[in-house]
Amino acid sequence: MRLKRKDILTIEDLDRDEIGLILSTAESFKEVSDREIKKVPTLRGRTIINLFYEASTRTRTSFEIAAKRMSADAINISASSSSVVKGETLKDTAKNLEAMNPDCIVLRHPSSGTPQILSRLLRCSVINAGDGAHEHPSQALLDLLTVKQRFGKINGLKVAIVGDIAHSRVARSNIYGFIKLGARVSVAGPPTMMPSGIDKMGCGVCYNVEDAILDADVIMMLRIQLERQNGCLFPTAREYSRLFGLDSKKLEKAKKDVVILHPGPINRGIEISSDVADGEYSLILNQVKNGVAVRMALFYLLLGGSRE
Amino acid sequence: MKRLLIKGGRVIDPASGIDGIFNVYAVGGKIAAVKPHVQTPDSGPQSDDWDIIDAAGLIVCPGFIDMHTHLREPGYEYKETIQTGTMAAAAGGFTSVACMANTNPVNDNASVTRYILKKAAEEAVVKVFPVGAISKELKGEMLAEIGELKEAGCVAISDDGRPVISSALMRLALEYAKPFGLLVISHSEDIGLAADGVMNEGLISTKLGLKGIPNAKEDIMVARDIALAELTGARLHIAHISTKGAVELVRNAKQRGVNVTAEVTPHHFTLTDEAVVGYNTNTKMNPPLRTKDDIDAIKIGLQDGTIDAVVTDHAPQSIDEKDVEFDNAANGIVGLETALPLLLRLVSEGVISLSALIEKLSANPAKLLRLGGKGKLRVGADADITVIDLNKEWVVDAKNLKSKSRNTPFDGWKMKGRVVKTIVRGKVVYEW
Ligand SMILES: [Zn+2]
Repeated sequence: MRLKRKDILTIEDLDRDEIGLILSTAESFKEVSDREIKKVPTLRGRTIINLFYEASTRTRTSFEIAAKRMSADAINISASSSSVVKGETLKDTAKNLEAMNPDCIVLRHPSSGTPQILSRLLRCSVINAGDGAHEHPSQALLDLLTVKQRFGKINGLKVAIVGDIAHSRVARSNIYGFIKLGARVSVAGPPTMMPSGIDKMGCGVCYNVEDAILDADVIMMLRIQLERQNGCLFPTAREYSRLFGLDSKKLEKAKKDVVILHPGPINRGIEISSDVADGEYSLILNQVKNGVAVRMALFYLLLGGSRE
Repeated sequence: MKRLLIKGGRVIDPASGIDGIFNVYAVGGKIAAVKPHVQTPDSGPQSDDWDIIDAAGLIVCPGFIDMHTHLREPGYEYKETIQTGTMAAAAGGFTSVACMANTNPVNDNASVTRYILKKAAEEAVVKVFPVGAISKELKGEMLAEIGELKEAGCVAISDDGRPVISSALMRLALEYAKPFGLLVISHSEDIGLAADGVMNEGLISTKLGLKGIPNAKEDIMVARDIALAELTGARLHIAHISTKGAVELVRNAKQRGVNVTAEVTPHHFTLTDEAVVGYNTNTKMNPPLRTKDDIDAIKIGLQDGTIDAVVTDHAPQSIDEKDVEFDNAANGIVGLETALPLLLRLVSEGVISLSALIEKLSANPAKLLRLGGKGKLRVGADADITVIDLNKEWVVDAKNLKSKSRNTPFDGWKMKGRVVKTIVRGKVVYEW
């Protein structure tokens, strides 16, 4: 099986069946990571370039490990070590990389839409590893996989996404993904973090975290970008944490079998308290583990031939 | 003596209230006569004395005047020059263009104005009217030498490209420009409200993850500028109006008798922010493409006279400035060569009459910029004439634009109606 598309740019583009195929493929790859020899030969001879214009140890490492476990050759290029800082344009970078004939470029970029623009310039596959405040499809896929493993389904679940929705690509991809698979999604946070028209994306909006998590099956806490608060979307980290952060007291009102996700890296004591992050409801480390499986599945479904 | 006869066309001259089949005679670059067309073989001049254009089935109207063009020279000749920009103007039926001051150096003193006019005299295909800066280097700190700019030939002042942030300086500019009779053209936006916005704020910007620009960014500054026009009694003109709220503000101000006028570009009522889906950087401009609500309000504003003029905001950008990430792409599109067919859609939709459209393209800009002898086909006026085939169908091909730049979102669009001849002072400068 392969996906009938060149690129993975957004969850918005993917249909239900494609998401289902990616999740079931990822499920089948999970055991590879538990083997002693964590490698399958499927993508031997394929070249994957991780082109990261933004620092992200976690996502980059996950893509790199996924590529290597599929036996592909993975090369990392980051903005600080490439000609990017010397002012080479995206187009020139793309053309130069293409000349080296890679099979896939994994792109992380601070400007929304750049993977789309790049994919139009390149013959090889492009996987969006997060673009601006637009989408982060592999993150949403690993979140879906994590929730599906726990509940056996996505359909009918209630998902609360809490935090800076306006600047979050994780939120957008998850809104599309969970709604496509039949969950009900609500977003919560201060109004300064709600983007215009968010209610028209099919999710509920609420400004009170207690209300949002009351009957949620899944609570997804988003990372607060403390370094980006030049616009001061909230008065102080202290007030944010008290009103909008998740702690064990707020969690008392949630469902008994609720699960908590966080795309990481977490700001302990700000959007999530340590006891909750490390506690029994947290699936944060499952997410990380599933990240590798989902990315293996994406490589396989875009680049793979027949699988033995 | 050059003599030109445009024969048998439907002559529409809003300034004289003419709409019918006439012959237009031009001698020595001036309109010599406009006479009813009589179809008898031996009436009228013989072909060896006159250059004759058979305009049967075509529209003959005063040459268009674009109040808002960026010719980019001096300083940005890689985007456009006075020569290529005026060639694009001619191809779009524009016989006069007012060029904005955001060149390098900025047109904030008479020597730059004189340079532009000298280059125009040597190379321009259509008439060029420079717009001077409001403030030195467009910095919004000190007034430019407005009196000398006027003496050197500037027809208006504007810091276009950026707003005059200081209300105090804007007040001074309005007051100071008054005795010179200069129109003050305001690029109205409250920068601080959304400094890093790259498109209209709404559902589409949220879906695309791009930073939004709310309508209030424009509305706030239009309201301020109107208050200052009211305070000073000076002539204020709102550039490229894009929001429902701004149209409403201008309408109310006009009703109160404030000396304010407004212009709109074709793209602001042809495209909505949905055009940005796909991240085509040729849909990035400032003000941004808005919503259907705004377009509807603009159309009513055109209908009821709230919006006086149609302009292109022709803003050439090189491929290197557009072929980049959306956030990093330069603002603006080329507009001179695609304006007319987009405007004619308003006529076929029944928004405004053909005559009203021509008025907003010729007589009204001439009035606002006080260009005597332009914008009309009266005897003695300059023989600046545009001939249009309303039924000609054609396809926009960015590669074939006369402009030096190709940044148009209308590449590949099927258009109906085009300029077939552009005549400046009795001389044909463009032919389809
Ligand atoms: Zn402007």
